[in-house]
Amino acid sequence: MTDLLKPPVHVDDHGHAHEEHHGPSGILKWITTTDHKVIGLSYTVTAVIMLVIGGMFAEIIRAQLATPNGTLVSLAQYNELFTMHGSVMIYLFAGPFAFGALANIIVPIQIGAPDMAFPRLNALSYWLYLTGAITMLSGFFVSGGAANFGWVAYAPLSNSLNTPGAGADLWIGGLLLTGFSAIFTGVNLCATIFYLRAPGMTMFRMPIFTWNMLVTSILILLAFPVLTAGLVMLYADRHFGTHIFSVAGGGVPVLWQHLFWFWGHPEVYILALPFFGMVTEIIAVFSRKPVFGYKGMIFATLSIAALSLGVWAHHMFTTGVVLLPFFSIMSLLIAVPTGIKIFNWIGTMWRGEVWFSTAMLMALGFLVTFLIGGLTGIYLASPPLDFFTHDTYFVVAHFHSVVMALVLAGMAGLYYWGPKITGYLLNERIGKAQFWFLFIGSQVFTFPLYILGLDGMPRRMAVYPHDPQWKMLNDLSTLGAVLIGISTILFVINVVVSWKKYPAGDNPWDGHTLEWFTTSPPPHHNFYRLPQIRSERPTWDYNHPGHRALGHGQHEVHTQHDSEVPAS
Amino acid sequence: MKVEAKILIGLGVFFGLMCLVYWNWSLENAGGVMMFAAMLLCFLPGGYYYWWSRRMKARPEDDPNATQAGGAGVVGAFPGTSIWPFTLGMGSFFVVLALVFGIWFLVPGLGLVIWAMLGGTAEGRRGGKV
Repeated sequence: MTDLLKPPVHVDDHGHAHEEHHGPSGILKWITTTDHKVIGLSYTVTAVIMLVIGGMFAEIIRAQLATPNGTLVSLAQYNELFTMHGSVMIYLFAGPFAFGALANIIVPIQIGAPDMAFPRLNALSYWLYLTGAITMLSGFFVSGGAANFGWVAYAPLSNSLNTPGAGADLWIGGLLLTGFSAIFTGVNLCATIFYLRAPGMTMFRMPIFTWNMLVTSILILLAFPVLTAGLVMLYADRHFGTHIFSVAGGGVPVLWQHLFWFWGHPEVYILALPFFGMVTEIIAVFSRKPVFGYKGMIFATLSIAALSLGVWAHHMFTTGVVLLPFFSIMSLLIAVPTGIKIFNWIGTMWRGEVWFSTAMLMALGFLVTFLIGGLTGIYLASPPLDFFTHDTYFVVAHFHSVVMALVLAGMAGLYYWGPKITGYLLNERIGKAQFWFLFIGSQVFTFPLYILGLDGMPRRMAVYPHDPQWKMLNDLSTLGAVLIGISTILFVINVVVSWKKYPAGDNPWDGHTLEWFTTSPPPHHNFYRLPQIRSERPTWDYNHPGHRALGHGQHEVHTQHDSEVPAS
Repeated sequence: MKVEAKILIGLGVFFGLMCLVYWNWSLENAGGVMMFAAMLLCFLPGGYYYWWSRRMKARPEDDPNATQAGGAGVVGAFPGTSIWPFTLGMGSFFVVLALVFGIWFLVPGLGLVIWAMLGGTAEGRRGGKV
């Protein structure tokens, strides 16, 4: 690692080399930009706003359930609230935050690319996402209110007789737009990763986050078209008089569930895999070690993706028309690669010099919370147990453990990559307070729901019988939701307090991958220079020339911190 | 290029096997068709990459010993700014609103979509404003 070689010069069609970029500023910049970092930042801000909106719906739901006969909202409003809470969180926050926001910004930099492969398509993805979000949420402003058939829109509840009104159509339209946005981002990420890697960045030297985003993109391309097709059929049933999902006209309502979950279960991994990737990067960097079992990690990700297309009907066990043993076996099998990942994360920390920064704490919180969510998922993969717990709060608790783990991982990603995107660190003390509120809040919120579910409390009901134990458990869960709300407020406070206060430098965490080689924030087209790439951690190799590149599974412990993190 | 091809073809083979087992065992058509389509969707680009990987020499990004100088040259054209994605996005927005609020939304919707398609194509030919 002696000398730096000049990076490839990017030349446009006219033959001008350009290092500096002068474009419009202000709102015109936001509207016309094709720079993946600006688009990614727009995605980040929009997705965090969606998290806050979806979170407020959740707080209202929990406030309603704090008493057995809550009167905060009407029964009809409650239906709209849980539908839109699920829809906003799944369609408008979790997915776009992962592959629109962080992947958009980080993946091109991690592989040494000047931008995404199709910058204008990337901008289109953002506009479709934003307009899709506006379309879906505008349901609250039309007569009849927003969609109220649950985020899964089961037929025949979602037909025009049972759910008339514009709110449901706006939900379908919004989902069509965000669906196309996701498909375009998937195409873009695949092409970027396949075609724009820096010289020497072979597939098996790509950072795990980039690998996970590649697999996520493939899953998006396999799953989202099915949802889009299903939505078109649903719209046709509602307005054009077709009978695809209605028994009266010779249709099959369960077909909607097949179509929805053929998208819906891969979607779980579309949501989870990016966050697995973030956590892998963060645990390795803050344990000051390479990723333990790098190739095992990649094959685990690929196996999860492969298996995820064969498990959709485990959401449909109680319909009585699906092949129980097949879906049970496939669902249980997914525990194997997921288990490999968890052991690899522990192996990465093992005998490492662990630095408990906020990002690392959030990643560890993810590990614990995800393990709980994953293990209860194994229960639900068993049909006899699923028959007992289907449509109870046990299922709600299971997937909220999983998604709260993803929120923890997403926060870890913001604390870890935020300094690269903005050039400034966030305050660590407030960050740690935020972590404890979020982590403890997540557990206090979900644990009572497991017990309520096993006790038989059905999901999606606004009132419940007077029972001291049920009331106590619901109150506990509401307390957890309040703690999570406080953690979100702390995050907003942290952003305000730390605004342009703690300059990060180019490489505040002694990072491994290429994004830590360029400036913070990176220049237009990302790099002025690139190091030689000889392993999966080129920046670390460059910064520690005394260490030889070690093979997979070998490691050296080192304790050097390149910079201090502000303590107050 | 070989690794990229192998990933997609490998996934396709797995989906094919899964489809065979599932369809024969369950005799349920919706899932069988979707798994079969998933297999084709993997084979199509995977086969194309494999076909190319046998006909091209290794790219710098596939060479473990590549130098940065070895990759120097034109990477591609990256437009700096463009108004057309926004125009196309707004056009699509109005088209979707037409599904809900009435057919007249198609007038601004399709108008913007067609304008953006023409403008974007022309910009692509010019090389864009970089």
